[in-house]
Amino acid sequence: MSRFLPHPLLSCALTLMWLLLTRFSLGHLVLGSAIALFAGLAFARIEPQAPRIRAWTPLLRLVGIVSVDIVRSNWAVARLMLTNGRHGARKSGFVRIPLRLRDPVALAVLAVVLTATPGTAWLEYDPEAGTLLLHVFDMIDEAEWHALIRDRYEALLLEAFA
Amino acid sequence: MTALATLPPWLMLLVAALLVLGSTLTLLGAFGLLHLKSFYDRLHAPTLGTSWGTAAILLASMLCWSWVQDRVFVHELVIGLCVMVTTPVTLMLLGRAALHRDRAEGQPDIPPAPDRGEQD
Repeated sequence: MSRFLPHPLLSCALTLMWLLLTRFSLGHLVLGSAIALFAGLAFARIEPQAPRIRAWTPLLRLVGIVSVDIVRSNWAVARLMLTNGRHGARKSGFVRIPLRLRDPVALAVLAVVLTATPGTAWLEYDPEAGTLLLHVFDMIDEAEWHALIRDRYEALLLEAFA
Repeated sequence: MTALATLPPWLMLLVAALLVLGSTLTLLGAFGLLHLKSFYDRLHAPTLGTSWGTAAILLASMLCWSWVQDRVFVHELVIGLCVMVTTPVTLMLLGRAALHRDRAEGQPDIPPAPDRGEQD
């Protein structure tokens, strides 16, 4: 199993994508699976370690939480863009956040989450100290951001990835 | 264009509303990119376009074509996924390049590079 399918998740996702982009038929299923298998084998030469996902429920919960947060922060940032010139009270700033996450895949997911929610930008991660430098568009309280990242996203990611 | 005329009014309204929402957000992002003062602030503006800006337009496209073609049409999910996964790469590159430049120039208000081992 693992010799022929070193990256089962990647191969599954590629097969699904192939079927999405073509019309579903048996021929496309076979062709897509063959390509996905080959791609998985090729990718194993670059990155031998497949991501280890321990639990799926926290990931699903994360997807739900993040979709809500994306809508909310889109609204907040869009409003700030419009009112910024008139009030000028918005202050942006840097926050350095200590992270407990070490798994590279989990960190990548966190980066996608933080980028997808407007208002936070991932600037720099220091792997030795395990700290992340964020730039926050509308800085109200620094401690609030620490708590938000730690309790809302990081806890779920720690649960999900081994 | 005749196929588009078969859309029922409620779906037309929904698709139009989503398109307007998505393009407005993208426009706002572009506007922010133009008028914000600091580089780090400007980093945030285009993420409006890459998050709900893209999502709303893709949703509109999915709804419209699923109706017209009379089957579930979800190609757009792949576009959305690719946009979502690739934006952090560009953003990090730009952000780190700016940080490096500002530190080298000794700009004030820029957080220092982490000290090895004794930070936080």
